[in-house]
Amino acid sequence: MKKSVLLGTLTIAGLVAAAGSAQTLDEVQARGSLNCGVTTGLVGFAAPNASGEWEGFDVGVCRAVAAAVFGDPSAVNFVPTTGQTRFTALASGEIDMLARNTTWTFSRDVDLRFEFTGINYYDGQGFMVPRELGVSSAMELDGATVCIQTGTTTELNLADFFASNNMSYEPVPIETNAEAQQQYLAGACDVYTTDASGLAATRATFEDPSAHVVLPEIISKEPLGPLVRHGDHEWGDIVRWTLNALIAAEELGITSANVSELAAGTENPEINRLLGSEGELGGMLGLSSDWAVNVISVGGNYGELFEANIGEATPIGLARGLNAQWTDGGLLYSPPFR
Amino acid sequence: MSDTRAHSASYVRETMLPEAEPPVTQTGAIKWMRENLFSSITNAILTLLSVYVIYYVLSHTLGWMLFGIWDAGSLSECREIRDELYGEGASVACWAVLADRWDQLMFGFYPQDLYWRPVLALGIFFVAVAPILFENVSRKLFYVTAIAPFLCFWLIWGGSIWTPVAVALGFVIGWAVFRFGSEIVGALLATIGAILLPILYWLLLAGTVGQGLHAILPIGIEFVDSDSIGGFMLAIIIGVTSIILSFPLGIVLALGRQSDLFIINKSCVFFIEVIRSVPLIVWLFTASLLLNYFLPPGTNFDLLLRVIIMVTFFASAYMAEVIRGGLAALPRGQYEGADSLGLNYWQSMQLIVLPQALKISIPGIVNTFIGIFKDTTLVVFVGLSDPIGFSNLIRATTDWNGIYWELFIFIGACFFVCCFAMSKYSQFLERKLRTDHR
Repeated sequence: MKKSVLLGTLTIAGLVAAAGSAQTLDEVQARGSLNCGVTTGLVGFAAPNASGEWEGFDVGVCRAVAAAVFGDPSAVNFVPTTGQTRFTALASGEIDMLARNTTWTFSRDVDLRFEFTGINYYDGQGFMVPRELGVSSAMELDGATVCIQTGTTTELNLADFFASNNMSYEPVPIETNAEAQQQYLAGACDVYTTDASGLAATRATFEDPSAHVVLPEIISKEPLGPLVRHGDHEWGDIVRWTLNALIAAEELGITSANVSELAAGTENPEINRLLGSEGELGGMLGLSSDWAVNVISVGGNYGELFEANIGEATPIGLARGLNAQWTDGGLLYSPPFR
Repeated sequence: MSDTRAHSASYVRETMLPEAEPPVTQTGAIKWMRENLFSSITNAILTLLSVYVIYYVLSHTLGWMLFGIWDAGSLSECREIRDELYGEGASVACWAVLADRWDQLMFGFYPQDLYWRPVLALGIFFVAVAPILFENVSRKLFYVTAIAPFLCFWLIWGGSIWTPVAVALGFVIGWAVFRFGSEIVGALLATIGAILLPILYWLLLAGTVGQGLHAILPIGIEFVDSDSIGGFMLAIIIGVTSIILSFPLGIVLALGRQSDLFIINKSCVFFIEVIRSVPLIVWLFTASLLLNYFLPPGTNFDLLLRVIIMVTFFASAYMAEVIRGGLAALPRGQYEGADSLGLNYWQSMQLIVLPQALKISIPGIVNTFIGIFKDTTLVVFVGLSDPIGFSNLIRATTDWNGIYWELFIFIGACFFVCCFAMSKYSQFLERKLRTDHR
């Protein structure tokens, strides 16, 4: 049966591939579940728990989109993707969206023909050193040995940073974060560099986290966000405004606790429009009018998702920093729901 | 007589001496040590050095392993328990991660209440291979062997029972055509028909037949998606399937490569050389990435199936070369002897050439099996969750981030058990099949 599918489809593949991009929402609804690409495991962002349920900050975005479409946050197939397979999986339609802490760059957006639908985490590359080295700034790292993951943008950023500051370094190439932890703890390198969120997560696992410091310098911009295929703007809008709904909900003070109460109607017209008691925003997206209520009741608003997965109450203990609302000095700024 | 003896010697022993113990240096452990460990100065130095190395390694790892903590919910909890038991900073393993994530390491995301299905499938597999592996097992078990592939498939993936039945029907058709067709249309046409008809049936009819039968008599168990399969279950499914399929495929390719028929010869050579000259990881990426571009969006051509096909092709190319080595090692006289007996090609292969060639190839064949089984860990790079993949996933939770050696030691130990068993069986088989006189 599968062979017949293969042969039949090979012949019409070219025809369909061109025309078949505009109905992701229909496909997802017909399938009854969302195929969401995630990492093959990143602390705080996506990982299965002991009972096999996926948890994490990126996973929260997937569940929110599923809730927007189906009203059911569990209608998601999580597809683990590696750094190599993630873009093909999305381009070929194996997954409907990718929420895999992927940095929004020009070439990925334009050349690879994807559409980033927003930024759910502002990351940046940082440095971690043992406290006993007495280093307090990345400017003092001249001549250091640095553990660095090969084949990533972090490698290029590091070279740029040291070259522009006229310093030298000795790279210790490593393949995975787990390997980096072992090498760094074994003293194979003085410095470990990767995204600041990764550094925080790694530091949290050490026997004595206080013996290591994350230096204040952030040497790159790593805006991470969910992405979809070029060409299907209706679907892109759903993912974009689901993320915006999470961000706006925090700004407007809508939480998972009070969302059902506020959905009945409030004094604030923007809350009413967002939660569907006024206007027809859901219908414009092709979704039900209570789509945002479903989105927010899954894991709460952006702030709640952040605190539950990577915030200061978790072992990872990330501060909001750039990821605070614009009203609190951060960069999160949702366009108005109007 | 007694006089002469009395005068010729001053003293004669008249009773036997009791047997004395051999000197301590010539007996037991001391003799063994003198001969094997301290036979020369160099040997003695090497022995002492080796003993020191073994002691050094064990003294650093044995305590770490034996005093390991088995009952904790997270790495930090593990460390608290350790501090309580052995004092701050003691170096002990945290095996609790295995206890906590045992299900995932073994079964992946397979539904917990259905674990009996893959376990039963494994049991059936062992029963099915028993008559192949051992002679003194009831021959009736071959019936189990015949239905085991379909039964195991059905148990693991579930769904309608009629899907595997419909697929199995194809083999029955092929057999029937071969069995009864040769009398009507001749052996060659029957052979071609026995290959073509089942393929046509699978492509065009099998799906409808399966659905039709299911509509008439819906018998089925819960369907489990391939995405849910992971951990050692995945490694065993990929490994066992490709090992079993690659063996006959490898024999056919090896014979094809020796064939005088131009097309068959060249296509076998092409297949073997192309598959063998490209790394397995490239084939896996081809299976997971390249095929996706040819298939229209939304097509569900299972990734696991694609990977199994690629690994099987890869294994059979290697197998073909190993078996060709066995065929080449056979003296020319064996082929000529078969011809002189008037046997046709298949008879001579089946009765004379292959039994000897395969016997010679056993170490190489098992070598390939073991290699393929270990290579299944490469599927982690195409996003399948094999044990290595799960070690990454487990480390990605805040509970177990930072755990490293425990997982790898466990995975290594599991692979060792499987591969060592295969190796031991091959040695047993070699001893059993030995016909030379030593």
